[in-house]
Amino acid sequence: MSATLAAPGLIDISATKKVPFTRLVGVELRKMADTRAGLWLLILIAAVTALIVTIFFLVSDADDRTFLNFMGATATPQGFLLPVLGILLITSEWGQRTGLTTFALTPSRSRIIWAKVAAALVLGFAAIVVAIGVAALATVVGGADDAWANIGLDDFAKFGLLQVSGVLQGLAFGLIFLNSAAAIVTFFILPTAFSIVASLWSALKDIAPWIDLGTSQVPLFSGVNLTGEEWGQVGTSSLIWIVLPFAVGLWRVLRAEVK
Amino acid sequence: MIKVERLTRKYGDFTAVNDISFVARPGRVTGFLGPNGAGKTTAMRVMVGLSAPTSGTATIGGHLYADIPNPGLHVGVLLDASAQHAGRTGREVLMLSAKTMGLPGKRVDEMLELVSLSPSEAKRRVRNYSLGMRQRLGIAHALLGDPQILILDEPANGLDPAGIRWMRGLLSGYAERGGTVLLSSHLLNEVQLIADDIVMIGQGRIVAQGTPESLISGSGTFVKAVEAAQLVEALKRDGIETRVVGDGFLTDAETLQVGKVAAANQITLVELRPADGSLEDLFLELTADHQRDDFTRGLA
Repeated sequence: MSATLAAPGLIDISATKKVPFTRLVGVELRKMADTRAGLWLLILIAAVTALIVTIFFLVSDADDRTFLNFMGATATPQGFLLPVLGILLITSEWGQRTGLTTFALTPSRSRIIWAKVAAALVLGFAAIVVAIGVAALATVVGGADDAWANIGLDDFAKFGLLQVSGVLQGLAFGLIFLNSAAAIVTFFILPTAFSIVASLWSALKDIAPWIDLGTSQVPLFSGVNLTGEEWGQVGTSSLIWIVLPFAVGLWRVLRAEVK
Repeated sequence: MIKVERLTRKYGDFTAVNDISFVARPGRVTGFLGPNGAGKTTAMRVMVGLSAPTSGTATIGGHLYADIPNPGLHVGVLLDASAQHAGRTGREVLMLSAKTMGLPGKRVDEMLELVSLSPSEAKRRVRNYSLGMRQRLGIAHALLGDPQILILDEPANGLDPAGIRWMRGLLSGYAERGGTVLLSSHLLNEVQLIADDIVMIGQGRIVAQGTPESLISGSGTFVKAVEAAQLVEALKRDGIETRVVGDGFLTDAETLQVGKVAAANQITLVELRPADGSLEDLFLELTADHQRDDFTRGLA
């Protein structure tokens, strides 16, 4: 009871500052690492990144051991794990009901969600840095003669875009389901389900690059320059699978009761 | 001070909280008493902004909860001691909130000590905590920001008798220093032990409020007779209504009045006394219509 009572029963809040956004982001980052499940997921992401580069190093021909190939090899395993990280950042508040505490301490729910987005991006960038670091190490240790050739900023940008969109998709799926199991299962079976449906329904197959993230993102992996149309496809499919579920999920979280 | 004004919360057709108004004053412990499902938790959730009211308002110290910057420094909230991440240690649960509020780690250790959670217990994960330990952690959490107001939902639930006595000391000390405490309970004895004021709720409505003393006085007469049916008849002729409680009856009339009626009608009384000091009868009676179980089944 450090603050003085302004009038009987009234509390003086004029001297109390709002919690800065950076502090909320810090707390969200801490939440990701302070449980066994969360910590192991972070360790797993780093370990799998190192492992895949090592495997690629061992099985590839000497000429293929370029920095870009090493970095590219990490995209797929990280692409599986980073979305799970995004999902858990959101869903743990509901599954473990810690949302009661979180939203009592920060009544503005959108601030918490944006803090989680920022925390997920920080972790996503950290994963990218680890991938680049491990790839560089592998290249230094035993890269091909021209291992460092043809590296442009756009290579990093495309790799970064892939990983970041994975994290964001995880957040979006977490928001729309508010349940870890449902979000994770849906995230992993959706691409398969889509390709099954597309194989039966040819009309869908034709427009797949526009509406399927898995299809539209293929050029981002391959190291070629994307055409304007391909960028458009990345845009529309991201809109459908990232922006839309995120917006709907956010809208619901802002209105629904916190149980 | 917590001020609830004409607060209603509906879920579809179901009205969980129905037009309730009350004030929890600084310097006092206010007990929010009612059977399970009476609407206590819903009302508290609305107070701290986790549910939106259908109509009416709840203000905390003159402000809407959502308008309080860094609310943890002003209002301590414990809604559900089990709503913590099972995989976090007790200390970490407090650390996360301390970080959010901008408090040093030292404050966490002070609060752990205050609620008698030892350093080794604080290092254990919450999944391994008993309900009593979770409640202690929850109370430590509510007190973390040194708030002026406490809102505690069933804080004594799961505490042993010694724990309840400890909490009574803690909360009355807190209120003596000027704090406002609102705590809910479905157990009358608990509230009687701890609260200075009682707000009784049943089926979403407030059925009685006041100090325990004021709620007991004027609660009428308890009477038991051999010729029970005749007594009810006789009292009715004199315009005195009776309600069955246990194997006797409660009336609003004075003992003298009831005694006179009995004498005039040659009815053998086996018990005649002011409805007694325990709030229990009142609680059961007031909430009888609202109870899931019918407690008041008697002779008639």
